[in-house]
Amino acid sequence: MSKTLFEKIWDKHVVTSIPDGPDVFYIDKHFIHEVTSPQAFAGLERRGLPVFHPQKTIATTDHNVPTIHQELPIREELSRRQVQKLNENCAKFGVELYGLGHPFQGIVHIIGPELGITQPGMTIVCGDSHTSTHGAFGTIAFGIGTSEVEMVMATQCILQNRPKVMRINIEGALHKGVVSKDIILQIISQISASGATGYFVEYAGSTIRGLSMEARMTICNMSIEMGARGGMIAPDETTFSYMHDRHFMPKGAEWDKKLMEWKKLYSDPDAVFDKEITFDAAAIEPMITYGTNPGMGIRITGVVPNPENETDESERNNLKKSLKYMGLEGGQRLLGMKVQNVFIGSCTNSRIEDFRLIASVIKGKKKDPDTRVLIVPGSQQVAAQIRAEGLDKVFEESGFAIRQPGCSACLGMNEDKVPPGEYCISTSNRNFEGRQGPGARTLLASPLTAAAAALTGKVSDVRSFLDEQNGN
Amino acid sequence: MNKNPISVISSTAVPLNVENVDTDQIIPARFLKATTREGFGKNLFRDWRYEKNDEKNPKKDFVLNNPVYSGKILVAGKNFGCGSSREHAAWAIKDYGFDVVVSSFFADIFKNNALNNFIVPVKVSPEFLNVLFGAIEKDPSTVITVDLPQQTISTENGKSEVFEINKYKKTCLMNGYDDIDYLLSIRQEIEIFEKDYKN
Repeated sequence: MSKTLFEKIWDKHVVTSIPDGPDVFYIDKHFIHEVTSPQAFAGLERRGLPVFHPQKTIATTDHNVPTIHQELPIREELSRRQVQKLNENCAKFGVELYGLGHPFQGIVHIIGPELGITQPGMTIVCGDSHTSTHGAFGTIAFGIGTSEVEMVMATQCILQNRPKVMRINIEGALHKGVVSKDIILQIISQISASGATGYFVEYAGSTIRGLSMEARMTICNMSIEMGARGGMIAPDETTFSYMHDRHFMPKGAEWDKKLMEWKKLYSDPDAVFDKEITFDAAAIEPMITYGTNPGMGIRITGVVPNPENETDESERNNLKKSLKYMGLEGGQRLLGMKVQNVFIGSCTNSRIEDFRLIASVIKGKKKDPDTRVLIVPGSQQVAAQIRAEGLDKVFEESGFAIRQPGCSACLGMNEDKVPPGEYCISTSNRNFEGRQGPGARTLLASPLTAAAAALTGKVSDVRSFLDEQNGN
Repeated sequence: MNKNPISVISSTAVPLNVENVDTDQIIPARFLKATTREGFGKNLFRDWRYEKNDEKNPKKDFVLNNPVYSGKILVAGKNFGCGSSREHAAWAIKDYGFDVVVSSFFADIFKNNALNNFIVPVKVSPEFLNVLFGAIEKDPSTVITVDLPQQTISTENGKSEVFEINKYKKTCLMNGYDDIDYLLSIRQEIEIFEKDYKN
């Protein structure tokens, strides 16, 4: 019988199905971090249980860590205690921890793939909604709550209802200046912030096949922003060549054996999806959001929708509320608008390829002196690679400082926040009210668009910079 | 670890007529630094509740600050609980005193988190949601009844709708069972599965 990629992996991991209830779903890898794990460890202690499979559990500190002076004790007391609690819990329960100072430390969804922990066919969970990132390797990966973290710790299983499956095809060649972040912002702007609720998404089509692993991860990462449980892409030669020789990947004969299995991971040609949508890559332009959910996106050259044109009353009120928060007017263009902040980082866009892209834009140019720019690599490995490739020099010569790895201003949990009322062009994944700090106004965009804003202090169309470089 | 079983909840309700309420609004990230499950209710909807993060300065137009509305039922616009997987959002809602959230649909992760904390997520039609908003806003003292065994939600003046809930989850809520107890009870089955399982 033909199956989708999702079904092939899901079916293999069902321990048993509860009649009229969820499946008991087996988890291969469980990532944990300091924010959503302490209550789960406390639950185990209360029940007198160990972590069932500590070797299938990997911990790091990312959400709540400072991005400067990581070698010093964390100044903020509650944050310090939370990080300390993870250290204690990992030591007590025998869980491997890549904490501050460890060469493998970084944002949980950056380190899994780059260390070769994330492998095709796996089921992966983490108490973080952007766990969908790992789906780029042909895994079923999704975010869970802390009660579920405790379930996985206690039994390596979770109770899950099987979601429906949607395939999103993107076909054709991308225009210059358009990158994977623009693809996913375009998709979400069409489907809406809730349009994929109840679904798991498989991304397919010639455009996806042509993307690097980093770019694919950016797309899968934001699946949750349209309500999807997760997103995935069938592994191919691009995947295998990215994975080969990474730290925790099998080597030699074991690699060859695994590779045979991984090559079977695709949706059969006549597999049936509950829903299927196709996008034309050539119609996608650099995107930016104007509102307070990631579905509120427009082309960088476009205008903010006018609430008066919205016929549905509740949609109109929601748009009005968003624009009021954002300090924007319907019909207004964002291009040329002053921004006070730029954030380059997060599990969406802080991989080495993002830094290469940004370096290609800023090289030989100077940072806008009035704009506050936070640049936060996703992991220690990414930071090391930036130095190895000499990109740090490019950033330095343009007047940018590179900070230390963590989630940083994506969620404003540490001290990296956007001041109230100020705009921030951000390569992160959420533009919710107050996400980057109380009163902060977030404009989501690609690393290229963020780089352009860092040079001009304004919402800018990166294509003009690229034209310049090409001597046009 | 048994929790308090849920059967019929009759209460006045608080109308939050906003769509896409994300978990960053329910509980902003800066309040996620605690290592226990308790005490999140005081920061529920923190930045919608207070001017400039100041507890002495409540925003008058926010519904939780309106003394005419109270109760164990929160009624909210569609796509409630979208965004982050933080279970702290469910803890904050429960700790504040809500046992039921009604919406025309819920984000997936939030729904699971709510159920795991014995908050009933009641999904109603968009039309019935409007009926509820209308009834509560007209008379804040109106009582809404959520009957879990019958899977119905009804207003005082006899308007009613049936809601769906997974049979397994319904049994858990009505008996105070928790998923971890269930999973622990089948640990042997899990170990047998693992013997044949390769990845």
